[in-house]
Formats: sequence, structure tokens, C-alpha cells
Amino acid sequence: MPATPIKQVTGKGVFVPGDDIDTDRIIPARFMKCITFDGLGDYLFYDVRKTESGEDKKHNLNDPRFAGASILVSGNNFGCGSSREHAPQSILRAGYSAVIAGSFAEIFFGNSTNLGVVCVIASDADRASIAQAIEANPEIELTIDIEDHKIWFGDQSVPCDIKPGARDSLLSGNYDPLDELLEGAGDVAKTAGALPYMQA
Amino acid sequence: MGKSLFEKVWDAHAVRQLANGQTQLLIGTHLIHEVTSPQAFGMLRDRDLKVQYPHRTFATVDHIVPTNEAVEPYSDPLAQGMIEELRKNCAENNVTFFDTNTGKQGVVHIVGPEQGITQPGTTIACGDSHTATHGAFGAIAFGIGTSQVRDVLATQTIALNKLKVRRINVNGTLPPGVYAKDVILHIIRLLGTQGGTGFAYEYAGTTFDNFTMEERMTVCNMSIEGGARVGYVNPDDTTFEYLKGRPYSPKGTAWEAAVEQWKSFASDDDCTFDDVVDIDASQIQPTVTWGITPGQGVGIEENIPTVADAPTQSERDSVAEALEYMQFEGGSPIKGKKIDVAFIGSCTNGRLSDFQEVAKYVKGHKVAEGVQAIVVPGSQVVAKIAEELGLDKIYIEAGFEWRAAGCSMCLAMNPDKLIGDQLCASSSNRNFKGRQGSPTGRTMLMSPLMVAAAAVTGQVSDAREVFGFASANA
Repeated sequence: MPATPIKQVTGKGVFVPGDDIDTDRIIPARFMKCITFDGLGDYLFYDVRKTESGEDKKHNLNDPRFAGASILVSGNNFGCGSSREHAPQSILRAGYSAVIAGSFAEIFFGNSTNLGVVCVIASDADRASIAQAIEANPEIELTIDIEDHKIWFGDQSVPCDIKPGARDSLLSGNYDPLDELLEGAGDVAKTAGALPYMQA
Repeated sequence: MGKSLFEKVWDAHAVRQLANGQTQLLIGTHLIHEVTSPQAFGMLRDRDLKVQYPHRTFATVDHIVPTNEAVEPYSDPLAQGMIEELRKNCAENNVTFFDTNTGKQGVVHIVGPEQGITQPGTTIACGDSHTATHGAFGAIAFGIGTSQVRDVLATQTIALNKLKVRRINVNGTLPPGVYAKDVILHIIRLLGTQGGTGFAYEYAGTTFDNFTMEERMTVCNMSIEGGARVGYVNPDDTTFEYLKGRPYSPKGTAWEAAVEQWKSFASDDDCTFDDVVDIDASQIQPTVTWGITPGQGVGIEENIPTVADAPTQSERDSVAEALEYMQFEGGSPIKGKKIDVAFIGSCTNGRLSDFQEVAKYVKGHKVAEGVQAIVVPGSQVVAKIAEELGLDKIYIEAGFEWRAAGCSMCLAMNPDKLIGDQLCASSSNRNFKGRQGSPTGRTMLMSPLMVAAAAVTGQVSDAREVFGFASANA
């Protein structure tokens, strides 16, 4: 069953600066001692946001001006490191539905797309403009238009990019591939049958 | 025109094209562990689906296992809950589980090869980014997320975009004291942490031809640190020799047939690659990371870069951030930085050969005062053989702690963690902020022998000098 197609994402933005933001930073390993993804939203960027005694540090993600934001804006190579789906799960469960970055690490990008978390690429200069606009007016509404490859903020817009396969999946609501994969069971058996090592 | 190993394996496992243009790819071997599989089994239960090919799924427990506490229940109830969940899921679904009482438990990327489960020409997936390790055998091995673990359990396939292939030729002989770990740290420094995005890395050249399987695994392991999801070496006699007689390797007449088939998967001489990089092995130095990404490394004789050295504003920002976090001064030598902790282990360098190589040199040395040095075998099999060889005694005599098998202080999901802003010389694969369990802990990646040199001198040192290599600095 396809989910609801995702053509646009609209919401307040928050800027989390830095390149190479790795999945350990998005959710430190010690919070992965769990057998469900429930509650992971509380630990998003935990060590960036909190002191060792659990108090808030000065950080955009703790700033009341950006409360309720649903679009993260960040740097290059976002989501590098581990394959842990805990990272996009914590982003999703903390109330974010999209990330705008300079580039994404591959496994993170795939994991996010499967969850319907929209990851789009914008240039350094364009992300700087968006960050500036958010800083000047935290209430400003951002809209990522996947169909049109555009990010709107106020009356300005900049171009954005997304992998064609991921774009198709989001626009058609088929971003979780499981049903389509299950439909291929007959073909899977054929492919497996031709490979000696697959035999029981 | 010829084809690369990647293309051949891909074509043999491509089931069909999906509506969004991705390929439904058959995953021959599925490795699972306790951290990224419980939610996937939960999703399976929610949809009333079963494991489709249970005989092609293999499990072990590695991330949360304490290395100094053998008896259950573990002192951490969350860890105990995770191991029990994996036991339950494997039993309910007829999945082979290398549990702690089997003598075969260990880091998933060490267990697969040593059991002979990892084989050439296959596709392998695991909910762990270091699955690329298995590419050392000429397999196409992917790290995947938990929803994809669910997909593999339910269908034995995942939806994937085809990758381009970059061939990285390393030719020549490594100088004495320079190891496979230095080769991959050098490659990542050269090509960048996102240089491999969209690529599979094919590692080739005479250096790789002469490498053991363990050395090939060390390099393939860290492909993801260079942004490449997949890294592999073409199978050859070294590969076949390693696999012969392993518990899950084909036996008897099936062995000969398997070897013939495995050979056929190697890249053709006349195939073309999307990119080719050539590296001279003689130019590679013992390499140490100074920053917070695996690409931020320098040779042991070099200085840490300064902010002004970086060519772009975004790189200057990265260097400044790394220097601040690491509490290092740009332009100062890497050599001589005082360390607090030394860790030898992990899926990168927790194999028998790593412990054998270091043991040859640490004999007669003592861990410096104030340094905690821990040695963690990658698997129970590694631990057992090492102990039979008496390696544990050599380490203990030198002042190292000899531990039980697990991931340990690579990512610190077990009790082995840095405290405060301790600086750790580590043979693991990641130096991210907070990676080793303390939000302010600092990690320097290096080869196991360089870790040992740091342990016995109490500071980052050139192992060739510390251990009296004849051709140090040659």
C-alpha cells in the first residue's frame, strides 16, 4: 500500500552548521541500547545540545526562537559514518520531516528516504541565504517543492536537487519499498535458483 | 568489452527493475546483530511476515557485549535485554546464532570470514556500515539501515541504485612499519571522506596482490570512511587458500566447482572503470588522524595542519572545529601528543594477525604509567588461538588488559568508554566527536603497532623508532 505522496514539505527551519555531521553526532551510540525506535527523538544531537549533566547548551536546537522547526539546514556530507537508521529515526521522531544539506552520505540518504524524510541538496551559497533568512526571521516558512526542485523561503527561492529515484518514490508515495519487493517473490526465487550458494 | 567484478556480481543478483528505476537486488548472505535487527523483527511481526530465507541469515552479538564480564545477567539491563531479544528472534525464525556460549561469537565482520560464510561472487548485507569488510573476498557487501534489514528478512532483497566503480591501484612495497591501516588512512586523506559517494572501490595493484586476507579486510573495512558503501578486492589464490576448510566453505567436489565460479567473478582485464586512482606504496607513512573525521590524518613525521592551510572557507571551518575539539595547535607536530588510553581491537584491526604482529614487538616493553591499554580480540575464535599461542601473556606482562571478544571501545556501547576529554590511540575506524563513549573524548586512529608504540611511550610515537626497526625513516 503506497503511503501519501510527498510533493512538498513546509515548515519552520533551523540551521545546524558544520560539514561531516556524522551519525554518532546525530544520535550517540549509547542511546541505541533499545529494541524499538520509540523515544529516540529525545536524543537527537544529544551531545551537541546537552552538557554531561544533562543541561541545555547554547545551541540553535535549544533556542526557543526555533522551537517547532521541522526542516533542518546543514552542511556537506551530512549523515556520514554508521548505517544506523536510529539517526533518521531520531530526526523524524523529533518532529523533522526534511533536511537541506550540501550533500548526504549514501546510507543515511537511503535510510531517510525509506522513512519519507526528505533530503535535498542545495549549494553552499543558497544554504547560507536560507540560514540568514531563518536567523533574521525564525518564523519564516520554508517550502521544499520536490516536483519543482525549489526551496522557497518568504518570497525568495533557490534551486535544490534530489536523486531521481528518491524523487519518484516520494512523489508516488512508494518510498517504503517493502510491498514492491514482496511482489517480486517469484523473480527472487528464480534469481536465487541460479546461484549455487543460495541452495539450502 | 569486459566487465568488472562489481558488474558481474550485480548482474547475477539483479532480480528486476523497480518503478522508481532502482534495482531489486538479491542479498545472498544476511548478517545480523543485536543493535540494528530487533526493530526489523518487530516490523516483520507487525506485518505478519516471516523470514524468507532463514538459512542465508547468520547472527552474532558484538556491540553491547561487555569484554570484562562473562556471566549473565550483565550489569547493564539494557544490554541484557538486547542479547535476549536477539536470541528470541533467532530461535523463532530458525536463524543460526553464534551466541556467547558457542565459542564462535564476535564482531560480525570477523565472524563471517572466519566461519567461511563470506565468499567471493556473493552479495552480503548487514545493518552495519563496516559490512564493506567482506569485499576483501570479492563479495559485494553493503551496510544497510534497519528498514532494509526488514526488507532482507522478508524478501532476501533490497532496493538499490547501481554504483559506479573506482579502481584504486596501489603498487609497490610498503616501507617496514607501514601497514594496511596506513594504506586506507592514506587513501581517505587523499580522496576525502565523501570522495567515494556513489562509488564502489575496487582495490588492486601489487600491494593488494601481496596482502593477506586480513590486510585486505582492514582496507575494505574502512571504505565507508571514504564515503564508499562498498569496497572489494578481486578473489585470487590467497582468497581460496583462506577459505579452504572453513566450517561453511564448500567441501569435496563442490569446493572445486565453487573455486571455478569464484574465479569467473574477477574483473576482466579489458574492463573499464568510471575512475582510476594510482598510488605508490613506497610513499605511504605511518598515518595518524589528528581531527574528527578519518580524512583528517597526517604522516607521523608531519605537523598538524593550520586553519590557514585549508584552501576553502568550509575546509577552514572544519579544521578550526577539529583543532578546538582535539585541543591541538595547528602547525604542531603530531608526534609527542600525550595519550591516556590505548585500544587495540575492532572490526578494522581485531584479527589474529594484528595481535601477533604487535606481540612480536611489545615483548620486553611496559605500558607507560598513567596509560590504560586494552586489547580486545575480535572474536572468541581469535581469543582462543591467541591464548593458545601465549599472546595474552605477552600483553598482560607488558601491562595491557587482555579482554573478551566484542566491539568494545570502537563505539563504546559496552562499558569500555573514554572518560572526560581523554585522548585515545585507537586501532578502530572512527574518530568522530564522542565516538568512544565520552561526549568530549578524543580519538586518534592509527595502526595497531602505532597504538602499541603510543601505549609504551605514553605519547604518539613512530613505532619504527620505538621498536627499533632497522630502516626507520628510510
